[in-house]
Amino acid sequence: MSTGTETRPAAGGADTTGTPLLQVNDLFKSFPVRGGGIIPRTVGHVQAVHGVSFDLAAGETLGLVGESGSGKSTTGRAILQLHKPTSGSVKFEGKELTTMRGRDLQQIRRDMQIVFQDPYASLDPRWQVNDIIAEPLRIHRYGTTEKIQARINELLQIVGLNPEHRNRYAHEFSGGQRQRIGIARALALNPKFVVLDEPVSALDVSVQAGVVNLLEELQHELGLAYLFVAHDLSVVRHLSHRVAVMYLGSLVEVGPRELIYSKPMHPYTQALLSAVPVPDPKRERERQRNRIVLTGDIPSPVNPPSGCRFRTRCWKAQEICATEAPELKKRGDSELLSACHFAEEMPVA
Amino acid sequence: MTNGIETNEPLLRVSDLTVEFPTEDGVVHAVRDLSFELKPGEVLGVVGESGSGKSVSSMAILGLLPKTARVAGSIAYRGEELTGLSYNEMRKYRGNAISMIFQDPMTSLNPVFTVGHQLAEAYLEHHKVSKKAAWAKAVEALEQVGIPQPDRRAKQFPHEFSGGMRQRVVIAMAIINDPDVIIADEPTTALDVTVQAQILETLLRIRDETSAAIIMITHDLGVVAGMVDKVQVMYAGTVVEAGTVDEVFDLPRMPYTVGLLGSNPDPSLIGERLTPISGAPPSLVNLPSGCAFSPRCPLVAPVCHESEPELYEAGGAVSHLTRCHRWNDLAGYENPKKLFAHKEIGAEEPLAALLIDNPEAVVEEHLADSGDTEKEAAS
Ligand SMILES: Nc1ncnc2c1ncn2[C@@H]1O[C@H](COP(=O)(O)OP(=O)(O)OP(=O)(O)O)[C@@H](O)[C@H]1O
Ligand SMILES: Nc1ncnc2c1ncn2[C@@H]1O[C@H](COP(=O)(O)OP(=O)(O)OP(=O)(O)O)[C@@H](O)[C@H]1O
Ligand code: SF4
Ligand code: SF4
Ligand SMILES: [Mg+2]
Ligand SMILES: [Mg+2]
Repeated sequence: MSTGTETRPAAGGADTTGTPLLQVNDLFKSFPVRGGGIIPRTVGHVQAVHGVSFDLAAGETLGLVGESGSGKSTTGRAILQLHKPTSGSVKFEGKELTTMRGRDLQQIRRDMQIVFQDPYASLDPRWQVNDIIAEPLRIHRYGTTEKIQARINELLQIVGLNPEHRNRYAHEFSGGQRQRIGIARALALNPKFVVLDEPVSALDVSVQAGVVNLLEELQHELGLAYLFVAHDLSVVRHLSHRVAVMYLGSLVEVGPRELIYSKPMHPYTQALLSAVPVPDPKRERERQRNRIVLTGDIPSPVNPPSGCRFRTRCWKAQEICATEAPELKKRGDSELLSACHFAEEMPVA
Repeated sequence: MTNGIETNEPLLRVSDLTVEFPTEDGVVHAVRDLSFELKPGEVLGVVGESGSGKSVSSMAILGLLPKTARVAGSIAYRGEELTGLSYNEMRKYRGNAISMIFQDPMTSLNPVFTVGHQLAEAYLEHHKVSKKAAWAKAVEALEQVGIPQPDRRAKQFPHEFSGGMRQRVVIAMAIINDPDVIIADEPTTALDVTVQAQILETLLRIRDETSAAIIMITHDLGVVAGMVDKVQVMYAGTVVEAGTVDEVFDLPRMPYTVGLLGSNPDPSLIGERLTPISGAPPSLVNLPSGCAFSPRCPLVAPVCHESEPELYEAGGAVSHLTRCHRWNDLAGYENPKKLFAHKEIGAEEPLAALLIDNPEAVVEEHLADSGDTEKEAAS
């Protein structure tokens, strides 16, 4: 896999030909909230995704991290048009997706796939592996039955499963193996871009590692671009070239992996990194002493705070934070894009 | 329940605990030969793969297992035997002597009563006081776990609390009767790291204030590293390694622990492959013969198939307990994590090359054997 990620522009995404594979611009997605009562009425809106912009290059991994409910999955789905965005633009290979319909959209979906978090819920246990992987191939008229069978065998080998187990049912496989089936299915049509929505979160650590290795290898060999959604910061660090930190629907910081992890500028990124426990007793006790423990919980996305959305939990908040939403841009000398009026480098051990 | 006791006496002594569930497919050996002790103020971490018996053993301690469960061995709380007590006889101890925090707060909270009401009821279970005094105690407990405006919050229902706040309420419920032992089963797994940090801090503060002992069940090795004194690694229903967290993490003497530590993504491994443990956890109905980890172990040797190792003290540089015939050979590897990488990728370099201190005969035996397991795994 490519290691020269630090030299990529922080805004990211430009490949050698100049156009990024994926361009997301000012993406919004809100869901109506219905009140109780006999006639359900819309009583408000959940602003799940609020003005998200980023680029992604071919063969690149952007890690998307943030707390539960911050809008990571909704972002992934809105990009794939599984949720119609409320506004904003999503361009894949220069083509606008938000206005695309019918056959054009189906055609382009071959190139964009998704792997879900829960290998138990996302695969029907009564289906044979064969059917699970064949489904996208049939929908997109991949070819004759023989051609489909050959492709299934190939895919099973790619993800490290025994093709002889083709006729087994999903429930006969372990969690790690099921996630491999989900990945084989996503790869069936040779996509260029895959949204990985918490692909290893439901797995035991010892099993997780195998799937992480597989994802890394596949990217290397097939030149895939990943949007890797996860709340586990150490897995994101292992797999991503760049990382975007999300809070309450907005990106608060974006940039090259090593900078995000070693010299974050945004107070939320700093708190998040400081809260992750590391599996090393001596270091962890030391870290605990210097830990930034945030007070309170993430506010409701129905009534987000004015100005900076992080201000209710931020120890650096000033008056301006309540009135002016900070823009996501370069601050100081850092290569990172940070959405904070008072962004300041802070090393996190 | 803090009647005078010398602080070095164990509060809880579990010896040879065995739990079996008869099922249609056969007997599930969920917990096998589990022994440990817990002293006041001590924090014991329990880690291990999903299905390794972590929850079932804590349910056994609290007498919460279904009637079908067959429990053998001894669970002594301050010298009083708890096994064999009925659900009702256990009431005297539950919440009062030993209490439990579950992963999902809603298993402990009733959605139709206010939080204050539920806390007060929990207090009244073990104390003969007025309703008013119990309510005051409820508010105090909420304050103790760091809930702002506890008197107002006590009048609210569980659904009016966020996930992190709800888990605090559950902790308040677990400590309201001042227990000696708190068993926390994945208490922060469903929470975000920033909220997790708050909750763990709260638990440790309560330990300092009340000298309750804590059993912390978690799959997060980072949580274990930061908050426990002793750690117990479980595999296939039993303890395979136990000792101080520093020793077990630095100088593991059981290959499963090595694999577990090695599969955690570590910043120093960026750009390198992680080292998963190949294969799947064993069936608890048909356990492998000999060592339960043998089908997945990179160090497996013929002796491992013959008998299951006892849990005994390893020698040399360490003084903690291991359940492995070959802990001494394992100690000879400078970077034992490489054993797993080796097994996954296939034999490119001889395992002997990884050894610093060379028991030749065993390595040769092993190489022949590892070839076989490689084939088994592939078939
Ligand atoms: N279909 C929907 N209808 C209404 N609200 C929704 C819907 N999907 C998501 N939301 C809301 O949008 C917000 C963002 O949710 P989303 O699932 O994107 O978060 P996330 O970052 O993926 O969280 P998690 O880490 O828990 O998966 C949440 O408040 C959620 O409740
Ligand atoms: N009532 C039951 N009947 C039959 N088997 C059971 C029963 N309860 C638990 N088991 C089995 O006992 C074993 C141990 O389960 P336990 O819940 O203790 O695992 P755990 O270590 O807590 O796992 P996790 O990390 O997934 O919570 C599992 O294989 C489980 O399927
Ligand atoms: S803009 Fe203000 S409230 Fe927001 S993160 Fe920066 S300092 Fe904190
Ligand atoms: S006893 Fe043998 S199989 Fe079991 S862990 Fe030790 S070396 Fe591996
Ligand atoms: Mg999600
Ligand atoms: Mg459990």
